[in-house]
Amino acid sequence: MKKIQILGTGCAKCTKLAENTRQAADSLGLEYELVKVTDINEIMAFGIMTTPGLAVDGKVLLAGKVPSPADIEKLLR
Amino acid sequence: MNWKTEWKPLFWIIAVFAGCFFLPVDIPRVQAALIESLYLVRWYAREHVLLCLVPAFFIAGAVAVFVSQAAVMKYLGPKANKVLAYGVASVSGTILAVCSCTILPLFAGIYRMGAGLGPACAFLYSGPAINILAIVLTARVLGPEMGIARAVGAIIFAIVIGLAMHFFFRHEEAEKAAAAPIMNDEAAGRPLWQTALYFASMVGILVFANWGKTDDPTGLWHAIYTTKWWITSGFSAALGLMLATWFQLGLVRIFLAGLPALLMAIILPEHPELAFTFGIIGLATLSNLKSTRDGEMGDWFNESWDFAKKILPLLLIGVLIAGVLLGRPGHEGLIPSEWVTSLVGGNSLFANLFASVFGAFMYFATLTEVPILQGLMGAGMGKGPALALLLAGPALSLPNMLVIRSVMGTKKTVVFVLLVMLMATISGLLYGTFF
Repeated sequence: MKKIQILGTGCAKCTKLAENTRQAADSLGLEYELVKVTDINEIMAFGIMTTPGLAVDGKVLLAGKVPSPADIEKLLR
Repeated sequence: MNWKTEWKPLFWIIAVFAGCFFLPVDIPRVQAALIESLYLVRWYAREHVLLCLVPAFFIAGAVAVFVSQAAVMKYLGPKANKVLAYGVASVSGTILAVCSCTILPLFAGIYRMGAGLGPACAFLYSGPAINILAIVLTARVLGPEMGIARAVGAIIFAIVIGLAMHFFFRHEEAEKAAAAPIMNDEAAGRPLWQTALYFASMVGILVFANWGKTDDPTGLWHAIYTTKWWITSGFSAALGLMLATWFQLGLVRIFLAGLPALLMAIILPEHPELAFTFGIIGLATLSNLKSTRDGEMGDWFNESWDFAKKILPLLLIGVLIAGVLLGRPGHEGLIPSEWVTSLVGGNSLFANLFASVFGAFMYFATLTEVPILQGLMGAGMGKGPALALLLAGPALSLPNMLVIRSVMGTKKTVVFVLLVMLMATISGLLYGTFF
């Protein structure tokens, strides 16, 4: 069970990253839980400055961009 | 019926019903105000969307794709040169803050993990005021001198506010996060000068397509006005050439995409807007071919499209509301012009202070400050207070004050808000005196 966190205050890009990540995780057949982190202080605690960010099990994999589902698959694998 | 859950819809139904029942459509003032707002919307649609906003969306999209945030943040990181950091922070809003929702995370990041309180506050103040779309629309609608005053004022006062914040709180340092900020380091795709020329060609198209008619039929400005479509075509051809070579689209595809625009320009030279529109359609098609869709051309188009999708509805609503309340310049809406004149007319200290305090608390959705201000100025608002509102408005609002407070605490937030109001008032007074 992986814990996937989307870090972002809730703009359009964060929504898109969440959607792309869900697609990627589904097509890999992962067992996962997707959480959106919207509180700015919590986001800062991850050590990123540019949103949206993507963290898996507490480790930041992406900051400041929205890759395609195919590219996220490579990161999640 | 379950009252505990159903009271909300019931309340709204009754409220809307009562509103419709007593709708004051027969009062001449209301009728006139509604017509005013429709006139204003039509004016925006005819004058500002095709030639001004659409190219600005493409530029904003290009900034989001081709300018690396990481490269800029290097100058705002924990090891940054402090003097340089203030300068970079005050101008980087132009390229970092194309979307208002990125400002607060970047601000919090600079404060906690980067160059510290001063540069963070400088960035927070200037960021929303100097993003490309805001400057372009301000200059186009409210006049070039207002656009330039807004940009210059924002940059100068950002540095002053940043330094003041640093000075007031010099004994307190923020708890730095243990780890250095994580940035995706991407290898730059092409040399800086190519990116710079590519942006220059787009800015050239935007500036010259919107070149205003001068009253004086001689002189350089008028000469530029009469040849503006030739100059614009030149910049477009240059952009096409860059896309063909550096973006590997190939000359054939560029030629095919540009052909409809070229034909339009030859067949209907008296309607250059048509050729312009076809050029944009050609560019959009090029970005959505099977071979380009997933590459940088596709990214560029998607970002631009995102901006258009997000901003156009907000702007339409903003223009409608501004039209109903304030009317076109020279006409009255629901709010009598005397009220506006008595509160923010002229260039008194009170008018400037009122405008900056009002601007600081009021929430303006992206770019809607422009039509609202246009309405206010038409109703008699002075130029100084207008600038004060432009400077204090987008930088602060009640909701974003709450977020800032959660990042840096009540005391610093209060000082920052007071400084913003003070600086906006001063710049309004200065601008109102000289223009």
